[in-house]
Amino acid sequence: MSGAEILSARADVLVLGGGLAGCWAALRAAVLGASVIVAEKGYCGTSGVAATAGPGHWWVPPEKGLRENAVSRRLAAAQGLGDPVWMMRIIERTYETLPSISSHYRYEPDDNGVIRWHALRGPEYLRALRQKVVAAGVRILDHAPAAGLLKDSAGIVTGAHGVLRQGTASEWRVRAGAVVLATGGCAFGSALLGAANNTGDGHLMAAEAGAGMSGMEFSSVFTVAPARTTMTRTMIYSFAHYYDSDGYRIVPPAGPHDNAFLAGALARGPVLCDLSAVPEDIQRQLPQISPNVVVTFRRMGIDPFRQRFPVTLTGEGTIRGVGGIRVTGPDSGCGVPGLFVAGDVASREQVTGPVSGGGAVNSAWALGSGCIAAESAVAFAGINRVLPEPAESRLAERADRAHVAREADLAGLREVIASEMLSPEKQYFRTAGNLLKTEVRLAECHRTLATLRSETTRRGQQKFRELESMLAVARWCTASALARENSLGMHRRTDTSSEEFTPFHITSCGLDMVRTRRVPVEARA
Amino acid sequence: MISVVFDERCTACNECVAVCPGDVFDARAGQSPVIARPDDCHTCFMCELYCRTDALYVAPQTDERSVSHDQAAELSGDFRRESGWDEWGDDPRLRNQHWRLEDVFRRARGV
Repeated sequence: MSGAEILSARADVLVLGGGLAGCWAALRAAVLGASVIVAEKGYCGTSGVAATAGPGHWWVPPEKGLRENAVSRRLAAAQGLGDPVWMMRIIERTYETLPSISSHYRYEPDDNGVIRWHALRGPEYLRALRQKVVAAGVRILDHAPAAGLLKDSAGIVTGAHGVLRQGTASEWRVRAGAVVLATGGCAFGSALLGAANNTGDGHLMAAEAGAGMSGMEFSSVFTVAPARTTMTRTMIYSFAHYYDSDGYRIVPPAGPHDNAFLAGALARGPVLCDLSAVPEDIQRQLPQISPNVVVTFRRMGIDPFRQRFPVTLTGEGTIRGVGGIRVTGPDSGCGVPGLFVAGDVASREQVTGPVSGGGAVNSAWALGSGCIAAESAVAFAGINRVLPEPAESRLAERADRAHVAREADLAGLREVIASEMLSPEKQYFRTAGNLLKTEVRLAECHRTLATLRSETTRRGQQKFRELESMLAVARWCTASALARENSLGMHRRTDTSSEEFTPFHITSCGLDMVRTRRVPVEARA
Repeated sequence: MISVVFDERCTACNECVAVCPGDVFDARAGQSPVIARPDDCHTCFMCELYCRTDALYVAPQTDERSVSHDQAAELSGDFRRESGWDEWGDDPRLRNQHWRLEDVFRRARGV
């Protein structure tokens, strides 16, 4: 796109991603006096998985022993991968920071007149965050997907560049003293509510700059939704019973369990959900607890409490999964100078272990790591530091490649990624044999994509970049699942038996050649 | 999937063009926005929430391309109303009860 109009700007701190983590990061950096720009692929306020959901936050008051107890319970669940210091930090951050949202979020007291500071409905929460971010003087670039990081000759990250989907300029380029990466997890194009923009773009940018991944094998969470819909809100299904099309009940295993027991039945035929066990008062309250759930059923002509309806399992990828960019220090850095990571783009093993953090820990992590990454970015950047000119960097059109990628080419590759990464059977019941088949298919996709260059349209460039990103994340996930030979947490290997082990992380990196490594968990005093 | 823009209700404020995280709409001078890229719709319903005149309808099925205009016109606006936004903000029946969510989970677990 040589000759295209470019929006150029500079800031002390550039935040990539305007969801929960990105907004809290931007606010924190602005409060510290930095000039801040947020670049968001969609619209800061509606984009991302928090905006459409209802984040609770890990909320533990500083009362005698409460926090210590909460951390030790979580550490036990984390099976050797957790870090009590990180856990305590995000509990503290959340408790001291979150109530400040009440300047723009209308909390309603519960039946006892108590405000539950940790429970916020997504659309109102993200709207409030945007308003706070704007009030703090942060500049927001909406519809501005990032394509890559800028680096100076010393390898320090000095900004980023990308596409502008709206307006006269077609590209943006922001030079900054430091960058906070908060682009969210990767859902591989699944129908997960609010996740369509979460294609792993930040993972790929960070990897190109030299960062590594960790815990990518923990990427096998599936959520129930009414068939053909995006409505992956989970609350109401806590009362669900499931039946096959012959009317036989699909019985879940005793005790805590995930949705794996539905995967086999779904592969054989339709699965019907029965919500008649939902208490009558909750049925009445549902429209004001989760309005979008009610709207979905109403529009499909389904009375969910009296009629059985078909459901599906929707893949979450690394979103309710755990893996992401490896956090290398208490500053939320990732080993690349000038680059700090926050929220779901980062690995959350240190606060969740190999099991999903669910909404509560993940939201607290988004807020806490956002604040910490912002502070590190401000400290790294300084205020109004003179920036060296970055090495010239433009959108990766891959102009030297033979063929222009048509939408049909990209759709075909997307389909392969989805069939591997969003298959409940393949991801819930992993075997070395199946993982190797997945690895081969994804490697073929990589070779195909390497012969293609993107269309020069704004949209063509965005979609090309998204596909490159999803494919890279899929390959790291698959290689990591192969490398961890025993089951742990959500990572289920059906071809090996679990045994005692010394806790280790699986790190992964590489684009043309994917590599994994076992890294023992650091001994803690 | 985004299905309908009701021209007769639309004020051409173009808020939906801005807030749509999938960049589905194109603004048109003095007219209602056009659904330019329906396949990019996330089926997240956010455009409806931000549309003060209920001039949009999103079908809950991600692959639904044709909906009855009359049915859509009747249902449109319920997300904004149930959420208690804008003119519904002072109706006590529509107050945000999201805080109940954790209690519902607890009851389901029998706690």
